[in-house]
Amino acid sequence: MKTICFYFQIHQPFRLKRYRFFDIGGDHYYYDDFNNEAIITRIAERSYRPALQTLSEMIENSGKKFKAAFSISGTALEQMEIHAPEVIESLKSLAKTGCIEFLAETYAHSLSSLYDDAEFERQVKLHSAKIQNLFGQTPVVFRNTELIYSDEIGEKIQKMGFKGVMIEGAKHILGWKSPNFVYNCASSPKLKILMRNYRFSDDISFRFSNQGWSGFPLTAEKYIDWIASTPENETNINLFMNFDTFGEFQTRESGIFNFLKALPRCAEERKINFRTPSEIFQSTKAVDSIHVMHNISWADEERDTSAWLGNRLQKDAADKLYSISERVRMSKDRRLMQDWNYLQSSDHFYYMSTKHSSDGAVHSHFSPYDTPFDAFTNYMNVLGDFIARVNAQFPDTIENEELNALLTTIHNQDHKIMDLEEELKKLKATKRKESKATKA
Amino acid sequence: MKALMFGWEFPPHILGGLGTASFGLTRGMVDCGDMDITFVIPKPWGDEDKSFLKIIGANCTPIAWRDHSEEYVQQRIGYCTEPKEYFHLRNHIYADFNHLGYLNDLGCIEFSGRYPENLLEEINNYSIVAGVIARSDNFDVIHSHDWLTYPAGIHAKKVTGKPLVIHVHATDFDRSRGNVNPTVFGIEKDGMYWADKIITVSEMTRQTVIDKYHIDPRKVITVHNAVEPVSPEIEAIVPIRNTKDKVVTFLGRITMQKGPEYFVEAAHRVLQRTKNVRFVMAGSGDKMNEMIRLASARGIADRFHFTGFLKGKQVYEMLKSSDVYIMPSVSEPFGISPLEAMQVGVPSIISHQSGCAEILTNVIKIDYWDIEAMADAIYSIVTYPAMYEHLKIEGKNEVDQIVWEKAGQKVIDIYKEVLGWR
Repeated sequence: MKTICFYFQIHQPFRLKRYRFFDIGGDHYYYDDFNNEAIITRIAERSYRPALQTLSEMIENSGKKFKAAFSISGTALEQMEIHAPEVIESLKSLAKTGCIEFLAETYAHSLSSLYDDAEFERQVKLHSAKIQNLFGQTPVVFRNTELIYSDEIGEKIQKMGFKGVMIEGAKHILGWKSPNFVYNCASSPKLKILMRNYRFSDDISFRFSNQGWSGFPLTAEKYIDWIASTPENETNINLFMNFDTFGEFQTRESGIFNFLKALPRCAEERKINFRTPSEIFQSTKAVDSIHVMHNISWADEERDTSAWLGNRLQKDAADKLYSISERVRMSKDRRLMQDWNYLQSSDHFYYMSTKHSSDGAVHSHFSPYDTPFDAFTNYMNVLGDFIARVNAQFPDTIENEELNALLTTIHNQDHKIMDLEEELKKLKATKRKESKATKA
Repeated sequence: MKALMFGWEFPPHILGGLGTASFGLTRGMVDCGDMDITFVIPKPWGDEDKSFLKIIGANCTPIAWRDHSEEYVQQRIGYCTEPKEYFHLRNHIYADFNHLGYLNDLGCIEFSGRYPENLLEEINNYSIVAGVIARSDNFDVIHSHDWLTYPAGIHAKKVTGKPLVIHVHATDFDRSRGNVNPTVFGIEKDGMYWADKIITVSEMTRQTVIDKYHIDPRKVITVHNAVEPVSPEIEAIVPIRNTKDKVVTFLGRITMQKGPEYFVEAAHRVLQRTKNVRFVMAGSGDKMNEMIRLASARGIADRFHFTGFLKGKQVYEMLKSSDVYIMPSVSEPFGISPLEAMQVGVPSIISHQSGCAEILTNVIKIDYWDIEAMADAIYSIVTYPAMYEHLKIEGKNEVDQIVWEKAGQKVIDIYKEVLGWR
């Protein structure tokens, strides 16, 4: 019996406003509110709302046999709370059906897994807390930003207590293997792995409405037939995609929602079921382990991290950002922490990509900037101001370790003073007794 | 294929970008093979590179019969023309021009080869000479570079019946910021009317030709300019750096068309923030004094320098000592100079209103009037090493791919099209 595992990604960054270098030091608000609101409301209207509605109908009509997983970044959740609270509400009611699993990720959809372990852990915890708070679930399966993964990251995740991870079924990793099995991580075998079947996933997310494609028009029957005709022993078909595939990339007019709706029925006819990642990990043993020496992701043709860290500009910006990571965490300033989260979103680096291939077109399609140089300059200006604010909190002449010791001292000083006062009181009391005793 | 080209400038004696482009293009075409180019200029100096094409001087072409010995001709114009050529051309005089009072002893007209007061008269004389040259050989196609030579091209076309291609390196709309000279406009429009195909150096210029001159879009084709590889002498120039400050350079004629005032304003913005930058305005022009006054009015004269006119090697010395090259042109049909800056590894900022912006990626593009964006771009390059490095390295890689052979092949294809050969 074959199992389909759907997982949808929802992410929106806080896009930056035009920030000139003369604003450095004068203006500490970095976000393009107008653009951010316009984008989130448009996508909520065209995609999230109708798609969630479709999912809830699917769950209902199939008698809760349809299941799926969501990974929603913290920055997207925040924006939806402000501009599209109805999406949060529908997600909450979907969560109540028990057919939806929420996955863990980094709060800001960041690249912290590649740079800073402490920051990575902090963000994952922050995100899990947010999911728990909103949907009453604590994620047990992890999904990193844009499916970035390596053995090293696998180990970190496993140590943080996650049971499994979702990764890209990259050809150069799999070789002759098939993505349609459950695997485990080579360096920490307790961590199970689901791999994206990019052919079937992209059939929906990229090719669905492409009239030049041999598979056009794609019907649910045809699609399930394709899945059913994979070799008998390949049991897990993992379909991972952006949630805005439904309604945004594939428009409502393309019939994508009807296609979705028909899936559970067709699947049932062909004896294919739907399960969430944690259900799969609980019931299925890994057939083999997967070695991933170098970072992989689901982005671009290369399936590596070059979409975010492919050129000098991107690397320099990321290095600069994470160079102050420890400093920022020492400060407990809420506004600083908030900006710190927002500035880490991988999108900022994605906009700086200078790739010229067909993927380059995808990059510029999503970018609010005309050119990667524009994106870099704007981001660096903002970062310049941010770093100045961090440095204003603590003089940058003091080493981090020394600073930490000082902060601990300051933090503990109240306790210390209270302790000392207590002691003083006691001493005074004993002294008084003593003096009374001598008088007597 | 034999092409007869009419131009106004040819290196090494050039006054603007037209000469550089004429040289590069003809060289690129010859490198593509099977091209035989005769290039006419008003006044050759004799030190032009004739290794790949034939150069005819309009001032050495007789339009009235004079009897002279070979020795005399050799002594008079031998520095640039073979006497045999002179006699051959003399056989094709087509009318009696003795009534023109200004013929010299050889029956030729003198040309200045520059852009003199009586330019219109020179243009007319040039087209009279063109009639002789067009008759002297059997050319397949006629190609005129810029408006000065359109009348000559038209004349040659009428005489020989061969197709005419005109090459628009600039229009009067670019030169005058909209205040078009009606006579020049008339000559340009006439050339476009008679041409079988019009080549423009950028898509922007193509749109000007279509919109302002009302030409059928199907007739107008863009062939972007390219740039000659850096010569070893230039490669060998060692940049002089006497200051630790970053240097931002504007290099070109200081005229309205080049937008120098926006550069001064942007410099002012940058200097409000950061002190370790110097600005250089290299070149001369009618706006120079105004710019000097503007810089001092903004109180940045201590960091804003004027070099005056630079020539030859000096240009590259200046470029190589710069950290940023900037060309905020208000209207630039193509603009080869940013490509030259990129060749020697200088990050460039150019305006969207420049034709070269259409083919360059690893440069920063701004609107010429957007001094905030310009200042931001300058600040970014001088402050963030990654930006500087990226533009320096990727810019050079990119511009090394822009070679004249490709442009030349496109022009040859256009010839074949007008000749019905494909």
